[in-house]
Amino acid sequence: MPYFVFALILFAGQIVFGLILGLQYVVGDFLFPEIPFNVARMVHTNLLIVWLLFGFMGASYYLVPEEAQTELYSPLLARIMFWIFAVTGTLTILGYLFVDYATLADLTLNKLWPTMGREFLEQPTVVKLGILVVIVGFIFNIMMTALKGRKTVINIVLVTGLIGLALLWLFAFYNPGNLATDKYFWWFVVHLWVEGVWELIMGAILAYVLIKITGVDREVIEKWLYVIIAMALISGIIGTGHHFFWIGPPEYWLWLGSVFSALEPLPFFMMVLFAFNMVNRRRRNHPNKVALLWAMGTTVMAFLGAGVWGFLHSLAPVNYFTHGSQITAAHGHMAFYGAYVMIVLTIISYAMPIMRGRPYGNSNTAQILEMWGFWLMTISMVFITLFLTGAGILQVWLQRIPESGDALSYMATQDQIAIFYWARLVSGCFFMAGLVIYLGSFFIKGQATAADEVRGPATLDS
Amino acid sequence: MAERFTKSMARNIYVGGSTFFILLFLVLTFDTQSRAMPERDNRDQLTEQVEHGKHIWEQNNCIGCHSLLGEGAYFAPELANVFLRRGVGDSDVFKAYMNAWMNAMPTNVPGRRQMPQFNLTDEEIDALAAFLEWTSKINTNNWPPNVEG
Repeated sequence: MPYFVFALILFAGQIVFGLILGLQYVVGDFLFPEIPFNVARMVHTNLLIVWLLFGFMGASYYLVPEEAQTELYSPLLARIMFWIFAVTGTLTILGYLFVDYATLADLTLNKLWPTMGREFLEQPTVVKLGILVVIVGFIFNIMMTALKGRKTVINIVLVTGLIGLALLWLFAFYNPGNLATDKYFWWFVVHLWVEGVWELIMGAILAYVLIKITGVDREVIEKWLYVIIAMALISGIIGTGHHFFWIGPPEYWLWLGSVFSALEPLPFFMMVLFAFNMVNRRRRNHPNKVALLWAMGTTVMAFLGAGVWGFLHSLAPVNYFTHGSQITAAHGHMAFYGAYVMIVLTIISYAMPIMRGRPYGNSNTAQILEMWGFWLMTISMVFITLFLTGAGILQVWLQRIPESGDALSYMATQDQIAIFYWARLVSGCFFMAGLVIYLGSFFIKGQATAADEVRGPATLDS
Repeated sequence: MAERFTKSMARNIYVGGSTFFILLFLVLTFDTQSRAMPERDNRDQLTEQVEHGKHIWEQNNCIGCHSLLGEGAYFAPELANVFLRRGVGDSDVFKAYMNAWMNAMPTNVPGRRQMPQFNLTDEEIDALAAFLEWTSKINTNNWPPNVEG
């Protein structure tokens, strides 16, 4: 539970900084020089990564013991890891905000083992080591739990994903002086996390929640899970190639990257089919309706954001013009929200009421409020994505497509597309409103009862 | 899904498919790194000064606003080809440009995006310029499409 609570606090922080960034896009000197854009962006993206990791950890501590039908190997270790991670994370963010980045690098002895200053991997080396310790301690605890109990497919897939996450994190420590090599292996962390092992984690959490909420036979769910993660890895591993188009690697990646990223929407499409199929075949109507809404929502939004918006610009001839434009930002926002934010909110929506002694879910009022939060945040994110896409298309048209000499400069282009940035900022404010409503739903008392289950037996499976 | 399609078949596709593609990825990585990249990333010109420049680039979190080879933030101009855009392909012109630019920041024009003053020494600015010049010579399959980046 502390993992989920802390994750949501960081989520709120992330959105505040998102709004600051959105405003800086149009009012360039907002908060300058106190919080320059690079600092706010670092806080925004690092908070996202850390709170999602907290979410994954909370999810694992919740579902692995239950799947294994045993107790967590060491609750004490889990608590210690929580505090190490929370303190390290908080100190890092405060360091970003209150110490000049170059000074922070000196203070943390970046010279000895330089790993800082790369996108998403801005953390000081010692913090990276701390994250490694937390991940290893966490996985040890989870594995010992999984091994002593029932070995379900969900647990196996989840643990495989977590081990992959830890192994790939090691590439964060590799920073050669050759930029082209640096970038190549940087993608081993970034791409193979979000388009590889994280999909395993997402698939496992989704499968778990669907078993619980729809009551569909485990055998059926596990079969789907295997097919989905098979598609994810088959398309996603070589799909890394779509990042190798323009950073130095040879031309065969143009073909490999294009073909395999064309397959990358498939696992997400399968997830949509999976969720909607399981709901149609459900054996029970769990009174926690909002958790089901999140579960279905995450598959649809992940398919749109990661699948459709990814495919829009992952073919090499298209990417040649869109690479590093606002199109990338559009895709990034919806993909992260749809796939990973929403899957964590799904498991929170399911597990939190149970941990608070409400086995059938929150009261109807709280659920309705949470649904308002769901729709406001989700629709706002759709608009954020659409406006950024509009900005990106115009940017490509003005800045990328014309020949040198005719093309507009970067900054002149930014002035031309400012209207889209204003619209994005307004959508961001609606997202914030949705988040406030969502968080507010946690403070409403009361719970659903077995009688709220419309049809079928209300099994006492909590 | 048809009933003939069993769970163990699904598992085999997962295990077999991912193993195959992980191995293929490793082979391709080996080929890219050992055979192709040395000819494409002009590593013979990677001097100590260039490495020092990369370090300064990282130490000041330049990627937090700029993009480099299209990766990074999208708040400020692409810099992998700034050597061509602002230095017109000449090292001395570019170094002079960089020195003037870095020392003129921030502009403090109201409402405009601001670049912080990083207080770099002349020697550090030269190293940064050398790094960006080296970067502009990586074979990127002709990206970006034009000089504006």
